[in-house]
Amino acid sequence: MKLIFEKSTFDREGFKLPKLDVPECKLPTDNLLESKKVNLPQVGELELVRHYTNLSKLNYCLDSHFYPLGSCTMKYNPKILETIAGFESFSNLTPNLSLSKKGFKYIQGSLALLFQLQNLLTEITGTSKVTLQPLAGAQGELTGMLMIKAYHQKKNNQKKYVIVPDTSHGTNPASVAMAGYESISIPTGPEGQMDLKIFKEKLTDEVAAVIMTCPNTLGIFNTQIKQICDLAHQKDVLTYYDGANLNAILGKIKPAELGFDIVHLNLHKTFSAPHGGGGPGAGPVGVVDKLVPFLPEPYIVKDKNDQFSLYQQSPDSIGKVAPFFGNFQVLLKALTYILILGKEGLEKVSEIAVLNANYIMESLKDYYQLPFRRRCMHECVISAQKQKEKGISALNIAKYLIQEGIHPPTIYFPLIVKEAMMIEPTETESKKTLDQFIQIMKKAAKLAKESPQTLKQAPANFIFSRFDEVKAARNQNLKYKNNNNE
Amino acid sequence: MSIYYTKNHEWAKVEDNIAMVGITEYAVSQLGDVVFINLPESEKSYKQDETLAEIESVKAASDIYSPLSGKVTELNSKLDNSPETINNSPETKGWIAKIEIINSDEINKLMNKEQYQQHLQTLK
Amino acid sequence: MNYIPHTEDEIKEMLGTIGASSLDDLFSEIDKSFFSKSFNLSEGRSEFELFEYLKKIAAKNDTSLINLSGGGFYDHYIPAVVDKLTSRSEFYTPYTPYQPECSQGTLQSIYEYQTLICRLTGMDVTNASVYDGGTALAEGIIMASRITKRKKVIIDSALNPLYQKIIRTYLNPDFYQIMIVDSSGYGLNRKKFLELLDSDTAAVVFQNPNFFGKIDDYSDLVKAAHEKQILTILSTYPIALGLLKSPGSFGFDIVTGEAQCLGNQLNFGGPLLGFIAIRKKYVRQLPGRIVGATEDKVGRRGFVLTLQTREQHIRRNKATSNICTNQNLSAIKALIYLASLGKDGFRKLSKMNYFKAQFARKALAQIDKIKIDLNYPIFNEFVIEIENLGQLYPKILEKDFIPGIPLAQFYPEMKNKLLICITEKISKQDILKFKSILESITYLI
Repeated sequence: MKLIFEKSTFDREGFKLPKLDVPECKLPTDNLLESKKVNLPQVGELELVRHYTNLSKLNYCLDSHFYPLGSCTMKYNPKILETIAGFESFSNLTPNLSLSKKGFKYIQGSLALLFQLQNLLTEITGTSKVTLQPLAGAQGELTGMLMIKAYHQKKNNQKKYVIVPDTSHGTNPASVAMAGYESISIPTGPEGQMDLKIFKEKLTDEVAAVIMTCPNTLGIFNTQIKQICDLAHQKDVLTYYDGANLNAILGKIKPAELGFDIVHLNLHKTFSAPHGGGGPGAGPVGVVDKLVPFLPEPYIVKDKNDQFSLYQQSPDSIGKVAPFFGNFQVLLKALTYILILGKEGLEKVSEIAVLNANYIMESLKDYYQLPFRRRCMHECVISAQKQKEKGISALNIAKYLIQEGIHPPTIYFPLIVKEAMMIEPTETESKKTLDQFIQIMKKAAKLAKESPQTLKQAPANFIFSRFDEVKAARNQNLKYKNNNNE
Repeated sequence: MSIYYTKNHEWAKVEDNIAMVGITEYAVSQLGDVVFINLPESEKSYKQDETLAEIESVKAASDIYSPLSGKVTELNSKLDNSPETINNSPETKGWIAKIEIINSDEINKLMNKEQYQQHLQTLK
Repeated sequence: MNYIPHTEDEIKEMLGTIGASSLDDLFSEIDKSFFSKSFNLSEGRSEFELFEYLKKIAAKNDTSLINLSGGGFYDHYIPAVVDKLTSRSEFYTPYTPYQPECSQGTLQSIYEYQTLICRLTGMDVTNASVYDGGTALAEGIIMASRITKRKKVIIDSALNPLYQKIIRTYLNPDFYQIMIVDSSGYGLNRKKFLELLDSDTAAVVFQNPNFFGKIDDYSDLVKAAHEKQILTILSTYPIALGLLKSPGSFGFDIVTGEAQCLGNQLNFGGPLLGFIAIRKKYVRQLPGRIVGATEDKVGRRGFVLTLQTREQHIRRNKATSNICTNQNLSAIKALIYLASLGKDGFRKLSKMNYFKAQFARKALAQIDKIKIDLNYPIFNEFVIEIENLGQLYPKILEKDFIPGIPLAQFYPEMKNKLLICITEKISKQDILKFKSILESITYLI
């Protein structure tokens, strides 16, 4: 499709601004002033609307296609969430009113909801206090790592390392590095969970923390998780729960009760805030008592007159990871979701999410290799190793799914499974949708044997064929230039 | 001139006290299309097994380790603009750097062609 | 309500396929003692009940005040097309465009967004966006340190104080050395900056317009820094770039900022939209997603995520950052906003902000008990000094104006000083009304 710049016509007027109602005055001096106008497109409103409407149609999205992207929890985003977030008194509220105590009385509604969400997430995670500030899951991890660092520094603990299983998300070791620690990767044992023996060997006094995703990215619940936390605590090693997969145990298990000191949540996954094509998300972090002084500030408190205000007085606070209260709009959507579902609703989420994933795994077990033969939780990892013998890779199968109207699962992750396909159906998908998916996956397995070429050429009869990613990386065309090289 | 190999699939062609260094056909076949190579620093000394360069395909980044200790005397700067040379001829035109060998005893730690072929067999 | 479509029969049938006796049986591998005894949560509600409940709570916010506060978070008019288009499911319900063949809507939009950020800032390359202006700056500094292999960062105190806090949180004090240069008056202490530049310095950091609204010419400092191989970083305000000299033409190496002002609502401070734009030679050090153009098998142009080896999912502990996604939807809003205003509209808008703020500054300077320094050039923000600000501030709020940001909380020496912002949404009438409110309440002191 053409770019908006290619539809632009010189001198065409776009959006009409009101008349200037004050006198014009001298512009800044030349050394401060840009003589040329910024080269923005010039299109009429209808053309603009058509351009982005047509462009949007090139996307598969949750509202139009099954989207079983593993570890991303692509569950349905109820429309009421958008309606609430669109309330003008939420969307137009300036955070600057929070910069003066005198402004608090004008923002009581938003503060009340943030306070309520803090408490609900505290209850769901079993922690003592939650900060809503982190702007994404990865930033939640960094927040956690910085608190771990502050905790050990306060206690004069000499710590250097953070343990992560080899199935962890890449953000884990990257967050560890940003906080100035080195990560130690622990291999996965034959049961699909972290090798406990090697963990014990590596768990020295110099370890600051251990990060666990539970269930892990293989979709397996680590049955030794409590023991791992206990062993860590014996050496004053803090335990961090990466909440990417909380959907599997929502309303059933509280991570802090398993022994975790820090828990981050991805509200755009577990709590149904839409993913926005890649963001904005939200990554609140809950901590147990001993870490409360290190939380970012401010957080919201309620006084005895039921008025909400801000607390920002801990000398040990790590500071700020966002200018105000995090992604308020995303937080509001998650709160709405939790309130609609309520206790029984949330519990049902994990049950059906696990049911759906196991149903897919069982239905496909004769067609694809299963790296670990045990029950999965909210997602399953299957492998295209069998198909690889015929030259068919996970990528080929992914592209075939696109052709058949399904967004592919996560592929080539976790790294320890060759030709991995990580499937997370979520609880909001019906049996009928799953059955269709299963049929198409079975057909792909059949084609791999009988007509591998079909898979290699997928997606066929589609708006696009496969893109040349090598060319993109070698040529580096990262912005549009017109004929005048502008 | 003799050619030696490492377990990490680097090669070193040694002539007098200069080693020409690159990566093997096998390494390239595992990596796929090379899109970028971060060349070593000119004139800098590297220890044996120290990271000498980084090589990237679309979906992977790997370190290239120095097969021998020494100072970099020459770089194959053509790779900056045409990294695909490594795919096309990894063991000739796709060489990465030349280094001045400091300690020729280190050569004993490397494999000869036959040993490397055997090493490759074990990976299958 | 739980949005689960399964019937009891379907559940039974699926359990049969799996070979599980019940839903509980699915969790049988997990030790019983791991399960929580109680979840103290309320019962679920109907959509209607919840709507009414939240409407009531929303009414406890007051958004009817005329907003004269900015400080990085601006109240600009948003054309209706922006929200109408971005509320299409196709934009807000997919995830990261890992599969380009079925994600061209997102990918092309981001390519267009990247193009516009480069044009606004006068820089070569930008990424698909980051969380906010503060973290964009922190990432920029970390990047500069990695490029220069140096650890010292010199920052002008007229940088947004909230960003200063974020930077202090992000930059590991065991590794980085942060030096803050106090402004002289409302502007830059040039002499001090020039003194401090040395061969340990990784980067210098400025903001234009600075936190007090002052605009400046940075070419001398950029030049001095470059002579010592120091990278220069500017945090900026996109609306001002419709009028002010682009950071690229000043010679900056890394330009960051908050682009919420481009088509995104205030939303009580989030989501925001951070951008980071750089010189091309540093592209492999840039954090975050980047979209690049390529072709499909038959030569049709399309877009993909590219240069991904910089990122955490491949490089893990050696990645340029831990950032995983972008502020995608906010970036698309900024794109549609800019495309809607267009070349002329954006210039006009930027000028309108400028003219109105100059008018307001002069008008308020006429009030006896208010002190305003008229000697420094501003874009759309400026500082005023009112005696007894603490007492007067709530009174102004009661007259339906948010009178700006009291500065003393960030700069203790700035007691009684207020940072005021005038955007295109503030009419002449509003300005005059605000003036008369200030006149009447200061008269009583």
